[in-house]
Amino acid sequence: MHKKTIAELDRGLRQGDYSSVELTQHYLARIERLNPRLNAYITVDGDRALAAAERADSRRRQGQAGPLTGIPIAHKDIFCTQGLKTSCGSRMLDGFVAPYNATVVERLEEAGVVMLGKTNMDEFAMGSSNETSWYGPVRNPWDETRVPGGSSGGSAAAVAARLCAAATGTDTGGSIRQPAALCGLTGLKPTYGRVSRWGMIAFASSLDQAGPMTRSAEDAALLLQAMAGFDPRDSTSAQEPVPDYLTGIGQDLKGLRIGLPKEYFGKGLDAGVAASIEAAIAEYRRLGAEFRDISLPNSPLSVPTYYVVAPAECSSNLARFDGVRYGHRCQDPRDLTDLYTRSRAEGFGAEVKRRVMIGTYVLSAGYYDAYYLKAQKLRHLISDDFRRAFAEVDLILGPTSPTTAFPLGAKADDPVAMYLNDIYTIATNLAGLPGLSLPAAPAAGLPVGLQLIGDYFQEARLLNVAHQLQKATDWHLASPPSFD
Amino acid sequence: MPWETVIGLEIHTQLATQSKIFSGAATAFGAPPNTQACAIDLGLPGVLPVLNEEAVRLAVRFGTAIEAEIAERSVFARKNYFYPDLPKGYQISQYEQPVVGRGQVSIQLEDGRQKAIGVTRAHLEEDAGKSLHEDFHGLTGIDLNRAGTPLLEIVSEPDMRSPEEAVAYARKIHQIVRWIGISDGNMQEGSFRMDANISIRPQGQETFGTRAEIKNINSFRFLERALRFEIERQIDVIEGGGQVVQETRLYDAERDETRSMRSKEEANDYRYFPDPDLLPLVIDADFLAAATADLPELPDAMRERFRRDHGLSDYDANLLTASRALAAYFEQVAAACGDAKLAANWIGGDLSAALNKAGLEIGDSPISASGLAGLLARIQDRTLSGKLAKQVFEAMWGGEGDADAVIAAKGLRQITDTSAIETLIDAIIAANPGQVEQYRAGKDKLFGFFVGQVMRASKGQANPEQVNELLKAKLAG
Repeated sequence: MHKKTIAELDRGLRQGDYSSVELTQHYLARIERLNPRLNAYITVDGDRALAAAERADSRRRQGQAGPLTGIPIAHKDIFCTQGLKTSCGSRMLDGFVAPYNATVVERLEEAGVVMLGKTNMDEFAMGSSNETSWYGPVRNPWDETRVPGGSSGGSAAAVAARLCAAATGTDTGGSIRQPAALCGLTGLKPTYGRVSRWGMIAFASSLDQAGPMTRSAEDAALLLQAMAGFDPRDSTSAQEPVPDYLTGIGQDLKGLRIGLPKEYFGKGLDAGVAASIEAAIAEYRRLGAEFRDISLPNSPLSVPTYYVVAPAECSSNLARFDGVRYGHRCQDPRDLTDLYTRSRAEGFGAEVKRRVMIGTYVLSAGYYDAYYLKAQKLRHLISDDFRRAFAEVDLILGPTSPTTAFPLGAKADDPVAMYLNDIYTIATNLAGLPGLSLPAAPAAGLPVGLQLIGDYFQEARLLNVAHQLQKATDWHLASPPSFD
Repeated sequence: MPWETVIGLEIHTQLATQSKIFSGAATAFGAPPNTQACAIDLGLPGVLPVLNEEAVRLAVRFGTAIEAEIAERSVFARKNYFYPDLPKGYQISQYEQPVVGRGQVSIQLEDGRQKAIGVTRAHLEEDAGKSLHEDFHGLTGIDLNRAGTPLLEIVSEPDMRSPEEAVAYARKIHQIVRWIGISDGNMQEGSFRMDANISIRPQGQETFGTRAEIKNINSFRFLERALRFEIERQIDVIEGGGQVVQETRLYDAERDETRSMRSKEEANDYRYFPDPDLLPLVIDADFLAAATADLPELPDAMRERFRRDHGLSDYDANLLTASRALAAYFEQVAAACGDAKLAANWIGGDLSAALNKAGLEIGDSPISASGLAGLLARIQDRTLSGKLAKQVFEAMWGGEGDADAVIAAKGLRQITDTSAIETLIDAIIAANPGQVEQYRAGKDKLFGFFVGQVMRASKGQANPEQVNELLKAKLAG
C-alpha cells in the first residue's frame, strides 16, 4: 500500500480494497519500524490518527469522501496543531501545545486527511540539512549517512521512505524544494500569499510559504487544491481565485517556451546534477517545449539579500519566545534580564542565535539603511529580472540544488557553504514566485532535483509541466531500496 | 537670564472601537485580568494580525477634524523591544508613513488671542499590556487585557511656550476626540495619556535646548504641575552651571516632582521596520468620504457661530462649546425660547452650577432642554420674575414636574396686576408712617426697605419692576 501515490490510494479506498483505518495502521507500523533509522518524526499520535481514519471511513460510507479523505499524511512541526505538540524543531517549544490549528492543518482536516504526526525540521526552519533540529538530525532514506536537506527534512525523508503518503512543508528560501530534490520528491512552493500562513510559526514573514511534498505532481495538485485560497486571518493571503489544479495537469507542452537562466548553470553546479538536468531538458524537447537562454543578472545577489531580509524578520518574529508566557523558561531566574537571556540562550540553538544576531544588527540604528533598506532595493531588482524573463518565456527551468545530498556533518560548521545550497531557490522567495522541484534522473544513485519557476499564481502550469515529464519518464517512481 | 520654555506633546488616545486593533478580542475596560486577550493578543506562535477597519475610520475622522493630510498609503511598522507586558517583543505602530500627516489646532491664550499649534502627525498603534507589581509577593503579574487596544498617538510640534499653553492644547485635543466620537477620553481609565517633551532656552535663542521627556501623565492638573516642576529643575541645572541631560522622566504626583527613568544611553534601539504581516494601509477617496461624511460641526466653528449669530460673549461661547452635548442642549433651548442670551445665562449659570454640584454631565441633567425652555418661556411672558424662576428651577431639578406644573402647584405666578400691587403698597405705607416721613425728608436709602416690605407681603410674587415704579409714585405723595 505504501508504494502508492495519493491518487492510487484514493482509488483503493474507493474500491474498498482497504479502509483508511487499515491504511493508517500500515503506515503507523512502518513508522514504528523504520522511523528510528531516520528520525523523520518528532511526534506520532497513533490514537489520534486512527480516530481520524475511522471518521474518514464513516464519511466514505456516507458517500461524502473527497480525493484526500482517509489519506495518511504528516505535517511539518511548524504548523500549529490543536492539542498536539508543535515544537518547530526547537527546545524553546518542546512541550508547546497550541490551542488552535493552522489554516493548512484545518483545511486538510476538512478534506478528510489523517494526520499521522509531526515531522522533524531545522530549528525554526533555519537550515538546509535538518541538522539544526533540537530533536537531532534526520537521515536521508537514500543514504543514511547523508542529509535529507532542510528545513523540511523530516517531511522529505518521511515521504521518501513511505512513512506517510505525503507531507506538508514550508519554504522560506528553498526549504520545500531543496529537501524534495535531495530525497527524490515533488515539492511545490506556491506564490507568496497563495496559502495562508495563519498558525504556521513565522521565520521570515515576507518569504514564508507552505506547500505540498509528494510522490508526484498529481499528488501535489491534490494537496495544493485543499491548502490554497484566501484566508481572512492572514492579511497577506491572496484574494486570487484557486483554479482546478487536477484538470490543469492535462495540457500538452507544444510551443511551451522555457527559459534557461545562464546564472543557474555556471560554476558550483555539480557535473552529475548538470547531466541530469540536461537529460530532463532533452525529454522536454521531445515533449514539444522550446528552450531559450535567458539571464537573471541579479541572481548572484539573492543569497546576500536573503541573509539580510530573512534574519531581520526572524530577529523580530522570534522575540516573542521570551520565557514569559509559554515555551522554555530557565530555572530560577534572578531578575527579568536573567529570565530573558538564559531562557533564550538555553532555548535556541546556534543557527537560530546566529540569525537573530545578524537580524538585530542589520536593523539597528546606523545600519538599517546600509543593510535592510539596501536589501529591499535588491529585492526589487531581483523581482524585475523575473518580470523581464516572463515577458519572453512561460517558465524558467534549472537545477534545484547545486549538488545531491551531502554527508551529515559535511557543512554543519560552515554556515556560508550551507547557505549556498539554496543559491537557486532563494530568488523565487525574494520575488514571491512559485517554484517546484521534481526528480530528474538520479546521479550516482542519489536523487537530483529539477526546478521549475513560474510567474505569479502559475502553480497550475508548474504542476502540468511537472506532470507531463512524470508521464513520460519514471524518475519520480524510484524509491529508496532499503525502505521498500 | 530670562528663559523661554519649549513644549511638545505626544498624546495617546484610545480609540472607541468594540474590538482590538489587530484581533477580535473586546476592548471593554475593567474585566478580570487576561480574560480579554485572545491568541493574537498573547502573541502565541503562528498568529497574525488583521487590521480593524473601524480604528482606521476613527483615525481618519481625527485627521479631517484637524485639517490634516490623510495619507493615501501608510505603513505599519514593528517597534522592537523586550518587556514582559509586550507579548510579541514588538509593538505594531506606524513609523515613517503615518496615516495622519500635518495638521493644526487653535488654542485660546489667556489674553483671549488664538494661537495655532501644529500637529506633526497622528498614527495608529496597539497598546501594550499591564504589569501588576502589587499583588504578587516578589513577582510581577501580567494582564494582557489592554494589549492590542487601538491607540491614536497624536504628536504635536514644539509650539507651546508655557505649561498653560500645553494644558490648553491638551484640553483642545481632548475636546476634539470626544467631540467627534473617536474616544471616550476617560483619563482615569487610561484612554487619554500624555507624554511631554520640554526644554528651555535663553529668550531669543533659536536653537532648542536639550529636552527631557515626561512620560505617562494622565491628568491636565498633573501635566501643568509636572511641567512647572521641570522648568524650575532645568533652570536650576543650567544656572547651577550644569547641563540638561536628554532623558525620560516620570512625574510623581504624590511628591510633585519628576524623576529620571532612563537616560539617552539606556534608551532602546527600537529597530523599526515595516511589519511584513500587514499590507500597506491604502485609503481611497470613497473610504475617506464615508468616514468623514457625518463629522459634526467642530467646536471652533460652532463657537464662532454662537458669537456671530447669537451675539454671545467669548466666555459664554467657549463654555457652551465645552462638549457637543452641552452645545446641542444650548441650541435646543435657544431655538425654543428665541433668546440665546437668556438661554446662555441659565445654562452657564444655574444649570451648570447644579450639574457641577451633583457631579452630573449635561446628558444626565434632570431638566431637559425642552423643560428649561418651558421655564424660560414663563420668564419671557413675565409670569415669573428672575427670583421666582430660580425657585421653579429648583423644584424642577427636584423632579416636581415642568415649569407650569410647579407654578400651578406652588402658586408662584408673578403678580402683575397694578391695582393688586397698589393695594399692597397702600397697606405698607399706612403701616410705616415713621419711615415714610424720613424718606420724604430725603432719606432715599429707605426705598429698598419699602421694596422689601412689598415683596414680602406679596410672598415674592409681585413684579419687581412694577413695584419700583408704583412705590416711587406713591411715596412721592
